[in-house]
Amino acid sequence: MEHLRDTNKTSLLKAVLRTVRMPLLAITTALLIGAIVMLLSGDNPLAAYWGLLRGAVGSLSALSQTIRKATPFILTGLSVAFAFKAGLFNIGASGQFLMGTIFSVAVGVSFQGLPAVIHLPLALLAGIVGGALWGGIAGWLKVWKGAHEVITTIMLNYIASLFASWTVYAGGTAGQKPGPLSDPEAAARAISETRDVLESARIPQLLPQLFDRVHWGVILALAMAVLVWWVLWKTTLGFEIRTVGQNAHAAHYAGIRVGRTMVLSMAIAGGLAGLAGAVETLGLNYKFAPEFTGGVGFEGITIALLGQTHPFGVVLSSFLMGGLYAGSAKMQFDSGVDRQIIQVVQALVLAFVAAPEIIRFLYRLRKPTPEETLQQATAASSWSQE
Amino acid sequence: MMGASNKKQNGQNTLSALTRLTSRWSWIALIVIFTFAILVDRTALRESWLRLFLGKSALNFALRAAVPLTLGALSGVICERSGIINIGIEGMMLAGAFGAFVVKVKVDALGASFLPLSLFLATMTALLVGGIMAYIHALLSIRYKVNQIISGTVIITLATGLTTFFFNPDWNSKGKFGNITIPLLSKVPLLGEVLFSNGLITYLALILVIAMQILLFHSKWGLRTRAIGEHPRAADTMGINVNKMRYYNTVVGGMLAGLAGAFLVLEAVGQFKEGMTAGRGFISLAAMIFGNWTPVGSFGAALLFGYTQALQNEFLLAGITSVPRHFISMLPYVVTIVAVTGFVGRTRPPAAEGQVYESE
Repeated sequence: MEHLRDTNKTSLLKAVLRTVRMPLLAITTALLIGAIVMLLSGDNPLAAYWGLLRGAVGSLSALSQTIRKATPFILTGLSVAFAFKAGLFNIGASGQFLMGTIFSVAVGVSFQGLPAVIHLPLALLAGIVGGALWGGIAGWLKVWKGAHEVITTIMLNYIASLFASWTVYAGGTAGQKPGPLSDPEAAARAISETRDVLESARIPQLLPQLFDRVHWGVILALAMAVLVWWVLWKTTLGFEIRTVGQNAHAAHYAGIRVGRTMVLSMAIAGGLAGLAGAVETLGLNYKFAPEFTGGVGFEGITIALLGQTHPFGVVLSSFLMGGLYAGSAKMQFDSGVDRQIIQVVQALVLAFVAAPEIIRFLYRLRKPTPEETLQQATAASSWSQE
Repeated sequence: MMGASNKKQNGQNTLSALTRLTSRWSWIALIVIFTFAILVDRTALRESWLRLFLGKSALNFALRAAVPLTLGALSGVICERSGIINIGIEGMMLAGAFGAFVVKVKVDALGASFLPLSLFLATMTALLVGGIMAYIHALLSIRYKVNQIISGTVIITLATGLTTFFFNPDWNSKGKFGNITIPLLSKVPLLGEVLFSNGLITYLALILVIAMQILLFHSKWGLRTRAIGEHPRAADTMGINVNKMRYYNTVVGGMLAGLAGAFLVLEAVGQFKEGMTAGRGFISLAAMIFGNWTPVGSFGAALLFGYTQALQNEFLLAGITSVPRHFISMLPYVVTIVAVTGFVGRTRPPAAEGQVYESE
């Protein structure tokens, strides 16, 4: 979007409209098809979507819920988008998220007596390190041995998930040892979870008199979006990353150390997802149990693509997706429509933003400008081998 | 026809010679293990700790766990050999399982005597549903040129959402594929007992492994499939309709994944549970890679991965707790990472341009 700065106001408006048109049409179409699916199963889509809307923005508590859902989405979306810019496909956000969670919780439950000004940043940093490590491994394996990051990140997701379950494992009646982070009291009741993180490592609430359990993590996530934007478009590193993403060979001949840039990009992407895990744990859950995956499966991918892999686009689409997820509970309560319909809508949104041709065909739109084509090509070029 | 052209490219073949060597070793290892297992089964060793690793129940469990992984991996092989990456196996499997379950429940309602019919129709539905999911994948990735990873993600998310949305926990399926014991063969010590007393889909999977291996490497279809996966332009020059064939193969691949789903519902569990594939599609992907994109190799890998699950189970039953189960479960994923970073990932078959050109 920054290339629009010099143009005048009307063409800026046009450009903005052009940028948001496709994502908006994708969502609208996905919701329409979602409605058809509801009709097929005998549900009332109007009642469902009204419930959805009310559950997303209908009250302050609904809005709080939307913000709470959007917070980790922003960070995982940024993670996927960042890797995209380097021509890499980070399908491992959920593993990095979990490693970030485990690392931050490990710091969060220890160091009794540490002042919050040190403890909280330390716990957040631990989350970033955990995620960066997990992402960095995938990047390093790619550069070192040519192992495709999609395969390694999928495998690392499962390893992370099993590792995380082990750390909090309550132990078994047959003498299985409990995991290192498991809470002995909960373990006695055969519940696998960590102790609560100490007060000094918790992210403070944001305007608690107004919102419900919204914490400063959302501000941190927004700040990270700005930081990512700044790094990508205002620094040499960002220039190198984007060059590698567009053409690794050209980047190599231009003197950029492609391998180093790729590993670093994956580590940063992993760090962002790890931070998402840390923020979710330190700001909302205050502990980890194996079922807390934070709902980051493939949402990060949808969000990154819906946001056109731009940091600010990611923020917008995170709130949109956050709203969908937040509203789905109220939708189910009000209209009896299973909230899983949101998964269907999400899949369709992903399909439509990835295949704008379908939307163009449906709405009889003109062909894309070369600029848009380039954007698309960048996203697609991340899969060059195999 | 393949052999002659293969020999001409000696320079490139050090790696594939290495694969041949390792595959010979794996055969030897397999024979040794089985001989040993028979010994354990037939002698006093049965009472020792060896039973945990080589007992009949461990091997049986391994095979049963390997069936869906094998079918999933075959699905991956057929798609990826023709140039379509399929990370959506998980979704196709889940959708297939759900389709099978719905039809099973509906036909069951007609009466108990309809069991064979309901099993047949349910299996067919699984194939159909898997095929439809795969067609969507093909449509997105071929017609609309969507990145195939994204398209696969769409399939997984779509399948998860749709199956959970339409699932009704009150539905109850009655009866499943029983074991068919093949006379004589099942009398072979251990090997026969493990291999020849299984359900129909298990046999089907075993047959498919062999059939796919032969078809892929010794038939016109196989040659073309590998050609369009390795060098589509060359294949196109030779008059192969690359995209048509990719559609066709992807749909067949989806049907195989659907069959894996049918196995879960109709042969293993008997019911459908939300998210019941539980990552098997991804382990299939791992098996395919570890098996170096060949049907027999994938089957071997699937057996190995199934075996790790069997070990977990045996350890649990035997009350062995010193190794946390989480770490045993990690093995397939760790092994896969080792495989793609080691030489296995590099030994994808050599570029087929020369071979195709000569053999036509």
